[in-house]
Amino acid sequence: MIPACALAALPRGEAFRLDTVEPPIAVFHTDDGDLYAVDDTCTHQDASLADGWLEGCEVECPLHASRFDLRTGQVDAPPAKLPVRTHGVVVEDGTVYVVPSDLPPNLPPGARARTV
Amino acid sequence: MRSVAIVGASLAGLYTARALRDQGFDGTLTIIGSERHRPYDRPPLSKEFLAGRITEADLALETEDEDLGAEWRLGVRASGLDRHDRRVLLADGTSITADGVVVATGATARSLPGDSPSLRGVHTLRSLDDALALRADLVTGRRLVVIGAGFIGAEVASTARELGLGVTIVETAPAPLARALGGEMGTALGALHEDRGVLLICGVAVQGLTGDDRVDGVLLADGRRLDADVVLVGIGARPETGWLEGSGVDLGDGVLCDSGGGTSVPGVVAVGDCASWFDPGLGHHHRVEHWTGAVHRPTVAAATLLSGGTAPAPPQAPPYLWSDQYGRRIQFAGHTRPGDSVTVEEGDVASRSFLAVYRREDRPVAVLGVDQVRQFTRWRRRLGTVSTG
Ligand SMILES: Cc1cc2nc3c(=O)[nH]c(=O)nc-3n(C[C@H](O)[C@H](O)[C@H](O)COP(=O)(O)OP(=O)(O)OC[C@H]3O[C@@H](n4cnc5c(N)ncnc54)[C@H](O)[C@@H]3O)c2cc1C
Ligand code: FES
Repeated sequence: MIPACALAALPRGEAFRLDTVEPPIAVFHTDDGDLYAVDDTCTHQDASLADGWLEGCEVECPLHASRFDLRTGQVDAPPAKLPVRTHGVVVEDGTVYVVPSDLPPNLPPGARARTV
Repeated sequence: MRSVAIVGASLAGLYTARALRDQGFDGTLTIIGSERHRPYDRPPLSKEFLAGRITEADLALETEDEDLGAEWRLGVRASGLDRHDRRVLLADGTSITADGVVVATGATARSLPGDSPSLRGVHTLRSLDDALALRADLVTGRRLVVIGAGFIGAEVASTARELGLGVTIVETAPAPLARALGGEMGTALGALHEDRGVLLICGVAVQGLTGDDRVDGVLLADGRRLDADVVLVGIGARPETGWLEGSGVDLGDGVLCDSGGGTSVPGVVAVGDCASWFDPGLGHHHRVEHWTGAVHRPTVAAATLLSGGTAPAPPQAPPYLWSDQYGRRIQFAGHTRPGDSVTVEEGDVASRSFLAVYRREDRPVAVLGVDQVRQFTRWRRRLGTVSTG
């Protein structure tokens, strides 16, 4: 479990980028009050989903508008082809924690080349 | 509508094929493309692909399991259109007759005016084949001269610098990107080149190239001569509409379309870089040469085609483009013209991370972001809800 931020610092409709982990993770607080965490890097190219547009349970990538379902990570709109990896979120004593997935991430091609 | 022929097998053509199927078209679909490649993405050709960070396979636009139920005619050029029976004539002598025709033939890079001899080492960049040829020539230590400081020229300069070439950019206008972004912000982006040791020469025209078999220099109108091992000509693109001349499809700067993509010929629509749609907000035709336009407009054009032109054209979001230069992300949305005011509202130009808002009579009409993705996303949304004419 990795501490991300104070719940009070993440109002509804906002996102937090946890970049002390590699690859970084984006935590979203939806307008309905739910918290979701996914890999921050879009699976299409190099863009940060925390900088994207949050609408309902979906985030739209700020670069080419792929949409990902935050609950499942599935792509709802191209150009992205692969789902984004999802992580668990826990709130304890006012702190938001991320429970990282042990599945491999779907990083975009350029980023993949950089990390190997 | 029982059959549709799409001419141009790239971004706009593929997205129109998808939109037609999504909107219930189950007839015969033929996609004609002059390149031998399956549809691929062009923006990385001046960026990650040119730098060697991604491969040809990474450029594919189709997903692995995608099946549009289309017949692909790749490697053959359309040479004409007979408007009476909507017959697309192909260069191999065959033809395809369809109830609907989609024009998605994009644009072609302009070459230097005048009869410049075809010297080795001189490139333009539009296609995958162009990118492969340019990449082979971008050898560390060589001197590259980029003619034209537009987005593609600027991106190639950035990538070549990363690959260890010496780079000079020559631009005829007083500032780079002045027409798209205005002089002040164009100058601000020009500084990105200078930060990385790229020489940017503005306000001077190119007179010609020197060299016997291979280029060795660029002559400027002020008498200067720049040494060059490689030259990239990045002076824009012209719409690829020559094959429609004399067909009865009205042409101007591209295929002239109404605000739903319909052309002057019933049953023929046009999308992407080749198409100049009427923009009700601006009050004139406007050719959008960016990726997002080629992705969004096909939905509208498909509805126009399938409804026989009766589907109402929904309002269009303001044009949006992005560019990556020297590790910075540049984004622009909206329309600007001389006389608009520009104010920096986040960050500052000196730190190379800023957001600038363009206003006309106090109304925001465009926004530019450099490494300000989150704020830019909000502003772009906001612009989408107001008219930017
Ligand atoms: C190097 C480069 C970098 C770019 N970077 C960016 C960027 O960072 N951001 C951005 O917003 N936009 C960018 N763009 C622009 C973007 O790629 C285009 O807007 C987009 O490709 C337009 O798609 P299109 O399908 O209309 O045209 P095109 O992609 O040009 O495709 C047209 C296709 O039609 C084929 N064709 C032409 N004539 C015929 C014929 N007679 N018969 C059959 N086929 C024919 C062509 O061979 C081509 O395959 C870039 C473009 C280039 C070249
Ligand atoms: S980088 Fe996210 S859609 Fe392209």
